[in-house]
Amino acid sequence: MSELAHGADGPIPAAEVPEMELPHPHGWWTTYVFSQDAKVIGIQYSLTALAIGMVALVLSWLMRLQLGFPGTFSFIDPQAYYQFITMHGMIMVVYLLTALFLGGFGNYLIPLMLGARDMVFPFVNMLSYWIYLLAVLVLVASFFVPGGPTGAGWTLYPPQAILTGTPGRDWGIVLMLVSLCLFIAGFTMGGLNYVVTVLQARTRGMTLMRMPLTIWGILTATVMALLAFPALFVGAVMLLLDRVLGTSFFMPTLVEMGQQLRYGGGSPILFQHLFWFFGHPEVYIVALPAFGIVSDLISTHARRNIFGYRMMVWAIVVIGALSFVVWAHHMYVSGMHPWFGFFFATTTLIIAIPTAIKVYNWLLTLWHGNIHLNVPMLFALGFIVTFVNGGLTGLFLGNVVVDVPLSDTMFVVAHFHMVMGVAPVMVIFGGMYHWYPKVTGRMLDSAMGKVHFWVTFLGAYAIFFPMHYLGLLGVPRRYYEIGETSFVPASAHDLNAFISVVALVVGAAQMLFLFNLIWSLWHGKDAGPNPWRATTLEWQTPETPPGHGNWGRELPVVYRWAYDYAVPGVEQDFVPQNQPLPPRAQVAKGDATP
Amino acid sequence: MDTAPLHDDTATRPQGWRSVVADWSSDQRSFKEASWGKVMMWIFLLSDTFIFGCFLLSYMTVRMSTTMPWPNPSEVFALEIGGAHLPLILIAVMTFVLISSSGTMAMAVNYAYRRDRRKTTALVLLTALFGALFVGMQAFEWSKLIQEGVRPWENPFGAAQFGAAFFTITGFHGTHVTIGVVILLVIARKIWRREFDNQQPGFLTGRKGRYEMVEIAGLYWHFVDLVWVFIFALFYLW
Ligand code: HEM
Ligand SMILES: [Cu+2]
Repeated sequence: MSELAHGADGPIPAAEVPEMELPHPHGWWTTYVFSQDAKVIGIQYSLTALAIGMVALVLSWLMRLQLGFPGTFSFIDPQAYYQFITMHGMIMVVYLLTALFLGGFGNYLIPLMLGARDMVFPFVNMLSYWIYLLAVLVLVASFFVPGGPTGAGWTLYPPQAILTGTPGRDWGIVLMLVSLCLFIAGFTMGGLNYVVTVLQARTRGMTLMRMPLTIWGILTATVMALLAFPALFVGAVMLLLDRVLGTSFFMPTLVEMGQQLRYGGGSPILFQHLFWFFGHPEVYIVALPAFGIVSDLISTHARRNIFGYRMMVWAIVVIGALSFVVWAHHMYVSGMHPWFGFFFATTTLIIAIPTAIKVYNWLLTLWHGNIHLNVPMLFALGFIVTFVNGGLTGLFLGNVVVDVPLSDTMFVVAHFHMVMGVAPVMVIFGGMYHWYPKVTGRMLDSAMGKVHFWVTFLGAYAIFFPMHYLGLLGVPRRYYEIGETSFVPASAHDLNAFISVVALVVGAAQMLFLFNLIWSLWHGKDAGPNPWRATTLEWQTPETPPGHGNWGRELPVVYRWAYDYAVPGVEQDFVPQNQPLPPRAQVAKGDATP
Repeated sequence: MDTAPLHDDTATRPQGWRSVVADWSSDQRSFKEASWGKVMMWIFLLSDTFIFGCFLLSYMTVRMSTTMPWPNPSEVFALEIGGAHLPLILIAVMTFVLISSSGTMAMAVNYAYRRDRRKTTALVLLTALFGALFVGMQAFEWSKLIQEGVRPWENPFGAAQFGAAFFTITGFHGTHVTIGVVILLVIARKIWRREFDNQQPGFLTGRKGRYEMVEIAGLYWHFVDLVWVFIFALFYLW
């Protein structure tokens, strides 16, 4: 084990520490249910997130039914509509996207891509999943309590979140806050594991600058989450106290139904600050893993090394850092001092620079690439298009004077769905088509996949693109119905009906995806160990799907970065990371590896 | 890995900032000297710092937003002992006890590295005792305030936010201390039963026991003490 191997830039050091002690499962329960294997935990996270995501999807249909055909469905009253909005938004952002990217992809990919046998603390990692599941169950429970789930909007702004006029004020809001606190506790346990594993448990030869960008995205997002969730946690605890004990952290003096409430002296704006100090980084917590994964998908399926790897890494890190100083761009209409607005608009626009660098680098990777238009690649391209679209409208909303009239209109709904709804979801799909063969040993059916892609991509455009126009007309967001409003032309109603029909079709296409996931388990084409001929370590495992401990007897040794595709002078069109350097003679002038 | 490194290369490693650069551009580990458990604890503490930071900033904000006068802490937290009126006396003692516990904790870590089972156990227990004493005094203070009519939602001295912030923040900190005491007791038991000497696997995690756990628990303990200093300064002295 300790003989020196040679990598691209010198000898590869010997192992510094002994191998990790793995907990060994005894029997079915500890293998598949209370498993401490990060791969199983990753799958558990993913399936739970998909299941709760289905709830959020159905809620979006119900909302669209109401918006497209107001008054037709008697069971959707205004109360229910607000509850649907709230649960849809919160589930999508936190319980689906965050959990799926970090808990799902993170758990499955981090140890495999780094050549580790598992996460560093498998027991804590297992706890992380079960607490997440508990958080989901508490959230679901709020549908069944008296008064139903909270209708406060996913931002949960006080004072209205806990006043009697808001649906779910009795139980729903309490369960929502408790569930969020649980989610944060569970996430912290997993998150600490992801970070320590990346920093301290890489295999020989795996330097930080040889890690696939997927890992960089997940690492940065996890660090951000560990620093941003505390603000939400504190906000949730104090709001809970305001609601349950009658403290006045966030509650000013109020008169409700002609009666003065017992609250007084609190600061509603404080909650907004706490919420958005979490809320804005949250956007990047789901975007950075998406950035990373998309980079790897593009490079692999265009058979070309990623353009500007170092720049990509630094862009991820810089975006992560900057996103902690822009939160108040969500509060331009809260009456803040113009100087603050100026500051936050400036920082917001600065983030556009590293983000644009990433987009250019993706395009330059594709340039002259040998693009295979398979399903993961299609979704990766779909991501670039929708993300750029949402990013451009973000430039509008980042400016105070443009945001003030657009705030709380459908334009905002269009913007954030493009940038943090559709775009990351595209990557989740792309990633699933890409790694499903490793997880199950079989390919997902690509004909079904293509139908799924085109309906989802075109459908998402048909749904959200017209919403920009509705927003410019002045159609407000979070309205149960707009009725006869003079500034909204009748054609807007037809447009709403059209959007709703497309939303149902897009939803149906997701059923096809779920069917594909199950059908391919038995009928998918045999994948073999490395169907995409990819370089990263997870495709070089001795078994597919990888067994417990991932690597058989010997850990892999890494000799090169993750992007040796079509290296000039090398016969094979890809060189896996764990392949020793070819003898000098085979390499044409200079070493292609950086 | 959590156990000792395979070989010692301290002699050949670069020093100072160069060593940081070298470590971060190397493979396998970014912190060459630190075990997984220690790195994990540091990152957790960083995250926890943000929690306490948010609590304290929120406290400052509501203290400024409320329109009612803020109670005078030296008066509210004064005790009558033997006829003498002593402002902040209890807090002074509590702070002294907690800081002392940091001292005993540091000594425990030292003896743990010398594998001195008896002294380590004794010092860890002493630290836990100081911690329990702190929580006990905190409970006394809570009950005194509650008797005087201070509630999270109101109090006779002025702004309602006083009780709200006080109970929330000291409660959250006290929970941290209590958890720390439980951890210390578990560790003391393990040391005493030679579980670290024999590298016995842990009950839940199945990982080998090792004296380093004393140090990791110590990191947590010092952190909780440090947080108290901020609470003390911002709540009682402001
Ligand atoms: C089929 C896909 C989707 C459809 C048809 C859809 C539809 C809607 C609708 C109609 C609203 C309410 C707009 C309003 O009147 O204010 C909404 C709100 C929202 N959606 Fe979606 N959505 C979809 C996917 C997603 C995804 C993937 C995310 C993940 C980020 C997401 C996040 C949100 C958020 C955060 C809100 C705001 C909730 C609030 O105002 O409190 N949606 N969505
Ligand atoms: Cu933002």
